[in-house]
Amino acid sequence: MSAASYFSSLSLLKLAKSVPGGVAQGLIWGLMALGVYITFRILDAADLTVDGSFTLGGAVAVMMILGGCPAWLAVLCAVLAGMLAGFVTGVLHVKLGIPIILAGILTQFSLYSINLRIMGMAANKALSVDKYELLLSSRAIPSAILTSFAIAFVLVSVFYWYFGTERGCAIRCTGNNPALARALGINIGLMKIIALSLSNGLVALSGALMSQFQGFADINMGRGAIVIGLAAVIIGEAVGRGLLGKRLNFYGRMSFAVLGGVMYYLVVVVVLWLRLNSNDLKLITAIIVALFLAAPYLREKRKVSFRRGGKEGAASC
Amino acid sequence: MLKLEHISKTFNAGTVNEKRALCDLSLHLRPGDYVTVIGSNGAGKSTMLNAVAGVWPVDAGRILLDGEDVTGKSEHRRAGNIGRVFQDPMMGTAADMWVEENLDLALLRGEKRGLRWAVTKSDRAFFREQLATLGLGLEDRMTTKVGMLSGGQRQALTLLMASMKKPKLLLLDEHTAALDPATAKKVLEITDRIVEENRLTTLMITHNMKDAIRHGNRLIMMNQGKIILDIEGEEKKNLTKQMLMEMFQKVAGSTIDTDEALLTRNS
Repeated sequence: MSAASYFSSLSLLKLAKSVPGGVAQGLIWGLMALGVYITFRILDAADLTVDGSFTLGGAVAVMMILGGCPAWLAVLCAVLAGMLAGFVTGVLHVKLGIPIILAGILTQFSLYSINLRIMGMAANKALSVDKYELLLSSRAIPSAILTSFAIAFVLVSVFYWYFGTERGCAIRCTGNNPALARALGINIGLMKIIALSLSNGLVALSGALMSQFQGFADINMGRGAIVIGLAAVIIGEAVGRGLLGKRLNFYGRMSFAVLGGVMYYLVVVVVLWLRLNSNDLKLITAIIVALFLAAPYLREKRKVSFRRGGKEGAASC
Repeated sequence: MLKLEHISKTFNAGTVNEKRALCDLSLHLRPGDYVTVIGSNGAGKSTMLNAVAGVWPVDAGRILLDGEDVTGKSEHRRAGNIGRVFQDPMMGTAADMWVEENLDLALLRGEKRGLRWAVTKSDRAFFREQLATLGLGLEDRMTTKVGMLSGGQRQALTLLMASMKKPKLLLLDEHTAALDPATAKKVLEITDRIVEENRLTTLMITHNMKDAIRHGNRLIMMNQGKIILDIEGEEKKNLTKQMLMEMFQKVAGSTIDTDEALLTRNS
């Protein structure tokens, strides 16, 4: 195919049509990004449990709805299951001294078996919106956007309040300066466990909503979720800082973590629209995350570099 | 107020790196005692403070704080009664949190932290008033991230955080060593004022013999995990650096040649 025919085959209308679906998925992933924000930015720890707890949320929600449970209750149970997964990671780390990355990997690894069991040893469970009352579905995208936006708005507000409370400040202090936290009488192990539980509860919520949106739960639906979550957090942060600069407060930071999910999914929509191979998406995502993570380091290095040492010109003093 | 009874602590026991850090150490502080602690590197000064704070458990002995045996209590469970300022200005504050949030963390030292909104209006007024006493203009920067403050400002803030709840014991671990002389002097003035106004029982480690003599009502000198000198009252008031050196020589014997340089550093 020549370049001309390739470009003429791209229809802007088609792109416009796929944007709303991208926004809905982005908002749902944004909730998981909010969970990643709590561990990655507030607790200053990378928690790899999320790949497993995302699927866990989806599996629990789908199986309960299939079993005749109302969707809202199924989602609630999914959240509790996710919190339990985070709790396990927290206990492995805090009580058994396993480094947090390894603790997360262990929980995530074990969740593969658990999720399979929950789904009755099936790798995929379909959930038809025609037969069951779901909170949202890709069949009705506008209402899916509305629902996920409302949930995101409420949760960002709730967590803004939570991290402004005494307990929330203790968690932030634990992430920021654990030695000080101990000296102030804060039980830092407990704070880590609480933060990990809350984070994974959010991730499972995201998984529960996603499985309803796409109409199935899949054992692999959470694969690479942590990278997408990180991508959302980092992209959102960069855009938020670019738009608001110093006015970006804590509420803004969390909002932009969610919006980062939307932005990520819009990139995905464009990639698919360009008919790039969707199997390359993970590679592209990884490159984007690596670039954004490296940027602050490289910027700093450019400012303070030996190669340019002594060549800055006349002294500025 | 604080009683240390025959405390011992050995690090890396049974290895080539074995270090007897505290050796059958006993110390009794009366309420309101303001004790300066000197000694060469490795004498056990910081180790003694860490033992009191509960950074790790001691091997032998008992630690009593205001009559209560805290030997078996972990660090965060002792924290309610103990205020601490560290040598590194980065250590005593949470850099990514606001000045008022840091103060609020300290206001709840050792208390249950619930789901109440952390910094209330009345808290803010109280913090403003407290910050004003430092004379550093911090009362107008309450929503500045602490990471933006200078080392001296952070140390002064840490002092306030450590003393605001009137702890039974204030531990200062060379809290001016990382500051320039003028700032160190200012922070020491603030220290004296806070300790005296609140009548805090205080242990202050310093590397500066002049400071050790000038501040506090009592001076102890440590060597090889033991207290080798304990001077107070009139005797301490009349103390000079020269006398201190001679006393050290008499008690510690020949080690003076190597330790003199360390002891007189910064003075």
